[in-house]
Amino acid sequence: MAKTHVTMKVNGASVEALVEPRTLLIHFLREQLNLTGPHIGCDTSHCGACTVDLDGKSVKSCTVFAVQADGGEVMTIEGIAAADGTLHALQEGFREMHGLQCGFCTPGMITRAYRLLKENPKPSEDEIRHGIAGNLCRCTGYQNIVKAIEFAAAKLSGATAREAAE
Amino acid sequence: MNEITPTREERIERLQGMGCKRKRVEDVRFVQGKGNYVDDLKLPGMIYGDFVHSPYGHARIKKIDASKAKALPGVIAVLTAADLKPLSLHYMPTLAGDVQAVLAEEKVLFQNQEVAFIIAEDRYTAADAVELVEVEYEALPVIVDPFKSMTKDAPVLREDIKDKTDGAHGKRKHYNHIFAWEIGDKEGTDSAIKKAEVTVKELISYQRVHPSPLETCQCVASFDKIRGELTLWGTFQAPHVIRTVASLISKIPEHKIHVIAPDIGGGFGNKVGAYPGYICSVVASIVTGRPVKWVEDRIENLSTTAFARDYHMTAEIGATKDGRVTALRVHVLADHGAFDACADPTKWPAGFFNIVSGSYDFPVAHVEVDGVYTNKAPGGVAYRCSFRVTEAAYCIERAMDILAQKLGMDPAELRIKNLIRREQFPYQSALGWEYDSGDYHAAMKQAMDAVGYAKLREEQKSRQAAFKRGETRELMGIGVAFFTEIVGAGPSRNCDILGIAMFDSAEIRIHPTGAVIARMGTKSQGQGHETTYAQIIATELGLPADDISIEEGNTDTAPYGLGTYGSRSTPTGGAATAMAARKIRAKAQMIAAHLLEVSEYDLEWDVDRFRVKGNPERAKTMKEIAWAAYNRVPPGMEPGLEAVNYYDPPNMTYPFGAYICVVDVDVDTGVVKVRRFYALDDCGTRINPMIIEGQIHGGLTEAFAIAMGQEIRYDESGNLTGPSFMDYFMPTAVETPKWETDWTTTPSPHHPIGAKGVGESPNVGGVPCFANAVNDAFKFLGSTHIAMPHDNWRTWTVAEKLGLHG
Repeated sequence: MAKTHVTMKVNGASVEALVEPRTLLIHFLREQLNLTGPHIGCDTSHCGACTVDLDGKSVKSCTVFAVQADGGEVMTIEGIAAADGTLHALQEGFREMHGLQCGFCTPGMITRAYRLLKENPKPSEDEIRHGIAGNLCRCTGYQNIVKAIEFAAAKLSGATAREAAE
Repeated sequence: MNEITPTREERIERLQGMGCKRKRVEDVRFVQGKGNYVDDLKLPGMIYGDFVHSPYGHARIKKIDASKAKALPGVIAVLTAADLKPLSLHYMPTLAGDVQAVLAEEKVLFQNQEVAFIIAEDRYTAADAVELVEVEYEALPVIVDPFKSMTKDAPVLREDIKDKTDGAHGKRKHYNHIFAWEIGDKEGTDSAIKKAEVTVKELISYQRVHPSPLETCQCVASFDKIRGELTLWGTFQAPHVIRTVASLISKIPEHKIHVIAPDIGGGFGNKVGAYPGYICSVVASIVTGRPVKWVEDRIENLSTTAFARDYHMTAEIGATKDGRVTALRVHVLADHGAFDACADPTKWPAGFFNIVSGSYDFPVAHVEVDGVYTNKAPGGVAYRCSFRVTEAAYCIERAMDILAQKLGMDPAELRIKNLIRREQFPYQSALGWEYDSGDYHAAMKQAMDAVGYAKLREEQKSRQAAFKRGETRELMGIGVAFFTEIVGAGPSRNCDILGIAMFDSAEIRIHPTGAVIARMGTKSQGQGHETTYAQIIATELGLPADDISIEEGNTDTAPYGLGTYGSRSTPTGGAATAMAARKIRAKAQMIAAHLLEVSEYDLEWDVDRFRVKGNPERAKTMKEIAWAAYNRVPPGMEPGLEAVNYYDPPNMTYPFGAYICVVDVDVDTGVVKVRRFYALDDCGTRINPMIIEGQIHGGLTEAFAIAMGQEIRYDESGNLTGPSFMDYFMPTAVETPKWETDWTTTPSPHHPIGAKGVGESPNVGGVPCFANAVNDAFKFLGSTHIAMPHDNWRTWTVAEKLGLHG
């Protein structure tokens, strides 16, 4: 199949590549760019394991073609920590509050929560639950994921994270 | 020494051992997207496999034409049963003593059965080629209702075994019959039920569901022709068993097979068995000489690998008028689908279903199970429970509620009256188990006090009155469940898989600096083994958990084990870990005695060191002993400090719990709102309370999913209705209730650290608790048993049938 040239920014770095027009963004990220953080869980865009940030919005990268991201800016879980390796408040929160078990949904969940907190830095519990409703987790029952996001929201706003989450 | 001597408490805290809420080691890589799951693996020259599936539930294959697929650029080969047959690989043995078609030979027996395997350069081309394979079918009559499997004119499903009168578990009653299994005292039970003052009888069906972990089943097979060696990476809950099975099937010597289970994205029983995808990938790698990757998509996952339940249980209880149970009789019709691929210990075709007498003191009981074939996917796995234990718990907990209703008793009161008493442990159940320990009454009381049970019942009464007066359209339901699990399979005297006793193992090596690597025969799929096993070793050996690496899943390096399912890691692997550590500590004691120039009997253990009795200043820390083990051992002693233990448990463990749930049911919409869910669990000694709580949250959420919506449903023609996340109920954060957790601690008397296992309890107790709550809401209107799942439609239908819609 004929290939198309795409350029985009992925986690701050410029990349260019040839892709089949039908190549899904998730396969482009995972197989051509070796960014295996985002996962594939359902093929029907229900589970959100493949969630990445595209031009300031959360997208399920299994339902976006790589060519649709042409010229865009993509951020995956691999781009969330600071350049010096310091973990993002969300990454810290998920570990502190036991917001993950098998870890398979975690990259998508954190990437989604990242955008959620950009849109709404002080979400209520209900807003968090609705905000992550596009991301499924089979292990945690969500309760500690909610706490993890509360932890991060508090930390990012300068409050004492743990107290806020508990 | 200048440093301030730490107190004993500080030394204990530094270890991060058992009982503390140690943060998980695994999370550091997972939160950065650096987990290493099967589909992340990329090998040079790797190619991809994909299946052609049957659109029919039952059909004869007239012709397979793969020429168009083979002509597609990028397609390397197309395998069919005809290619596998000369290798005797078109069928594979199942763990249940049956065989399962790897690729359908003459017939397909369930919708989406694997018919051909495409091997192509990339996954897109493989998917294209799937569409190009032309298969001609002749449709045959279908059986989807297990109650119709053994009728006189039922179609023959398994032609390959239709004349076999003996199955893996004795005589077969019909060509669609798999096995009959019975246990207990038939005569005594029949007579006790006959004489009983009160009896209840109900068909209690547990619908077909699927574990659906977020990561599907997948593997990469790589055969090295020069060395004659196979490396198989895969989503394996039991990697060693997979290695042995792979060797028996492929005839590749077992030492030339390297099975590796990397990080696994949830298992819940789905990843215990062997599937056609694994066999086809191995064959494809041998044929092509290249690594082959196979990754299930979600529809394949829900429709081909490992369903659970589909148990149709007719339960009868005999009791006295004042509510003392006198007998239990259960008949089960077990729908096993097209092949008996249950992942049970070999001698237990119905798993441990005979835990069905539950937490109650039944003087006599009898159970019979008939397994039958239908045109449905094979499986019968233990979806987040020990083998058939959730079925048993659902059965007895519903039946007890139904009895309470008939007696006009409160369901909690009926339970309290019949719970096994503390002084009866170890308790011999009428169905053959020896329950190890428990204080059921204390747990029940704690649960009822915590939720204010009496007040809730009062509120319910006044709301029922208000409903009858037409002041509200909501019904309030209170669900009570008291469950006893049976986990940690199991003692070699009665538990094996294909002849391999169900022990588990640990190997611990102490390096000269006191750092540790330990390897286990179990395999985490999210349970946090890297964190918790290290806590056990830390406490046993007095070395900080942060200095201990835990490794699982590589069959070349890990000692043989039977894997992780049925909550067996802590009861078996955890015990092996403690026992291996104790061997090391015994040797360390001798080294310490040598270093301190005292008799080893003059030493006592103190957190992280051996000290001289009566002279605690004279001591050697474990770290010092580790160093000495490599240069100053007593004369004649082997240097080094390591041990391996294969732990054959003397008994199973019996975690238990008391759950209470409050729901509000809108009779006009059928919406069931969970107002409150309280779960008290007793899993014996608690290794990491944070992880326990997390597992309970997760198990309750899966119980919620099963009770309130999950169902793998076939229509009359054998078509699956909705095998994707569009239709199969996966609760999101919005509908998932909030969980309240609590505990009591009754250590297991036979386990080295007293732990019982916990991951599956919430599913076992949760399902009947939700079901009882919904049933409880309706029962004052005369309803006795409403079948799961309690989705809005069904609940609305119940209200409709009760005439609540005017």
